[in-house]
Amino acid sequence: MVVHYLLGNEAIAHGCLEAAVDIVCGYPGTPSSEVIDTLRMDPDRAYKVEWSVNEKVAFEEALAASWCGLRAICTMKHVGLNVAADPLMVSAYTGAKGGFVILSADDPFAHSSQNEQDSRCYSLFARIPCLDPSTLQEAHDMVRDAFALSEEFSLPVLFRPTTRICHSKSDVDMGDVKKSDRAAFFDKDSRQYVVIPAHTRILHQKLNQKQPIIKKRLIELGYNRYEIKGKAAVICGGVGASYVREVIGPDVSLAVIGAYPVDEGWLAGFIQKHDKILVVEELSPVIEEIVRQVSGCVLVYGKKSGHVPYEGELSPERVAHYLTAAGIATSVRYEEPQKPAALPNRPPILCAGCMHRTAMYAMKKVFRDGIFPSDIGCYTLGIQLGTVDTTICMGASITIASGMSLAGDARDIVCTIGDSTFLHSGIQGLVNAVYNGANITVVILDNRITAMTGHQPNPTTGLTACGVSSPPVSLEAICRACGATFVETVSPSDLTTFLNVLKKAKATMGVKVVIARQPCVISEKRSKTNRGKYAVRQESCIGCKACIKFGCPAIELRGGLAAITDLCSGCGVCVQICPVGAIGREVKE
Amino acid sequence: MSFDVMIVGIGGQGTILTSNILGKACVIEGIPVRGAETHGMAQRGGSVESQIRIGQQYGPLIPPGTADLLLSFDLMETVRAVHWLKENGQIFTSQEFVVPTSVFMQDYPAPDEHMLLEMLDSRKYKMIDCHQIAEEAGNLLTQNIVLLGAASPEIPLKRESIEKAIRETVPQKTVDINLKAFDMGIEAGKSD
Repeated sequence: MVVHYLLGNEAIAHGCLEAAVDIVCGYPGTPSSEVIDTLRMDPDRAYKVEWSVNEKVAFEEALAASWCGLRAICTMKHVGLNVAADPLMVSAYTGAKGGFVILSADDPFAHSSQNEQDSRCYSLFARIPCLDPSTLQEAHDMVRDAFALSEEFSLPVLFRPTTRICHSKSDVDMGDVKKSDRAAFFDKDSRQYVVIPAHTRILHQKLNQKQPIIKKRLIELGYNRYEIKGKAAVICGGVGASYVREVIGPDVSLAVIGAYPVDEGWLAGFIQKHDKILVVEELSPVIEEIVRQVSGCVLVYGKKSGHVPYEGELSPERVAHYLTAAGIATSVRYEEPQKPAALPNRPPILCAGCMHRTAMYAMKKVFRDGIFPSDIGCYTLGIQLGTVDTTICMGASITIASGMSLAGDARDIVCTIGDSTFLHSGIQGLVNAVYNGANITVVILDNRITAMTGHQPNPTTGLTACGVSSPPVSLEAICRACGATFVETVSPSDLTTFLNVLKKAKATMGVKVVIARQPCVISEKRSKTNRGKYAVRQESCIGCKACIKFGCPAIELRGGLAAITDLCSGCGVCVQICPVGAIGREVKE
Repeated sequence: MSFDVMIVGIGGQGTILTSNILGKACVIEGIPVRGAETHGMAQRGGSVESQIRIGQQYGPLIPPGTADLLLSFDLMETVRAVHWLKENGQIFTSQEFVVPTSVFMQDYPAPDEHMLLEMLDSRKYKMIDCHQIAEEAGNLLTQNIVLLGAASPEIPLKRESIEKAIRETVPQKTVDINLKAFDMGIEAGKSD
């Protein structure tokens, strides 16, 4: 055993190694991405790792590996599980053979997400076990043991960390890495793996029969546990349990739910020894629903009584406040803190030299009154530039655009989608738009990397997750194969040409695809590309702010005149925007 | 009770690296530690924070109004984060600050140093010219280590543990320059 200071996702990755995992698949998504990013960097790896093109693909590949007797994990963020929900629901019927763990990372407070969704609901829906860690050590131990649990019940196991597990850090006690001696062999059994009605009815019955045994086993394994100390009790789960432990009074009982399904009889036994129960959990009232089913005459406080909010994330001072409101003793008192100072916000912003800014600047110039459906990626930050009118989920830019075209809004409809998102779930939308005669412009923002989640390679990059070269997919060929006849590729840093292509698209009917291709500036920085910097000749600047309005973080205003800072990456777009030619190459004195 | 440190700045200034050093120093001393940090898109040039709780065995989040120490790599972010501190908590802040791009785009008045310091009110703060010192140490990228050095006497960890953690954290060929920056930071923290 050795103690390291680790990020939650690194601890989870190490847990997989201690379980001698064979197959790792996933699609990047904050806060889950670093699990695979850690595993794919290991030079001595005895397992196989891949970034799949979407979560459904990752899920099905890992499931197949499990059917071949291997230990497999697929990783995703909570909304990725929506994409993989189709195989998820049926995989509970077919079951797993080698340990199969589905990591779905939830994001209370939507730090980096489009919603606050609770993956625990999926485990109840599919009737598979779910493990919900409350600390990093527990996350490490749980994922390590989840593979064996999966094998014990021949079921996929859902492992559900949250942002404050994945992206927090702690001293973690780790064990030894183990190497697998399993060899893949698919043992054909159509009654298990072909879910025709005659088979699936029997498989459904078998799945239901497993439930009571699983509930008992999760208590035996210590995932669901309690300590009785008084007549009032807190029942909690997830990282919220850590906050409860930090603030709970010494004479208050505590039950921690670390795994689902919960044994109702066991829970009722705990509840009935108390007068009053407070349920503390993030996201959906999953524990609270079960508690209310078995609480009888015992008072229950929680989300449904208005004591704990449905939205946002928990924290020690919030939990202390909920305990006090429920009349339950705390060990600490927090003063009302002063309000944060009123200062201009500093939201995240597209990098200096980022092609998304240029592409969107040009879109706004050509399509002044356009509607701009967008998608999930760094370019969602284009909301600051007025070129992101809708964002709902992966791939929904093209389909929202074609839907608006179908609805008949007469304005120009110009949607944006990144390379990785296009390959994830954008292609079907393009096929559909061409097939059904939509009149839209699709701008594919192709920066050759999955940037927002931390620069994971994808099929346009030319590299696999482990850095092996692979043929980069041709977006042009895909778009043409979808039936699009207007497919133009141009670098946005050549602003004039880019504007001309957009004007041509505006004047053409049908589905127009413009591929805006320029490598991500962060990738370029890492590969030591140096284009030099630009500078403003102060004597020529007329202070018109045309470059300021472009919104590049490397351009600021000093005494009414524009100036370029060290952040400049040398894209040269501001040179093309300046109406008086005041911007040129930086001249070193 | 843990000793809670709030580290704030702008994405890319090294808040995570700085908190990693403190986390590793805790492991070196066998002290439990918890940290929380900003990942993902929020890092792109936005306000970021790393919370680190030295001696904490429960959760990673510091309740507002209770932090013992605030380390800040940008004076404007210092003002933004001051409500995290307990009443007599100590601040170590860089003198420099970056005006958010939105201020220029929307024609807001840009804050100046005098205005920001006034907003710190009666707080105990020490302002460090990290830029200048890091430049003297030989690399502008060591500004976070300079500030860590300045604050280090206030942190309940041994100097040797922090130095060892720096060696384990920064790129191998920059160890000497970082240790020099750390030393110079300690000196800068002493002077008035």
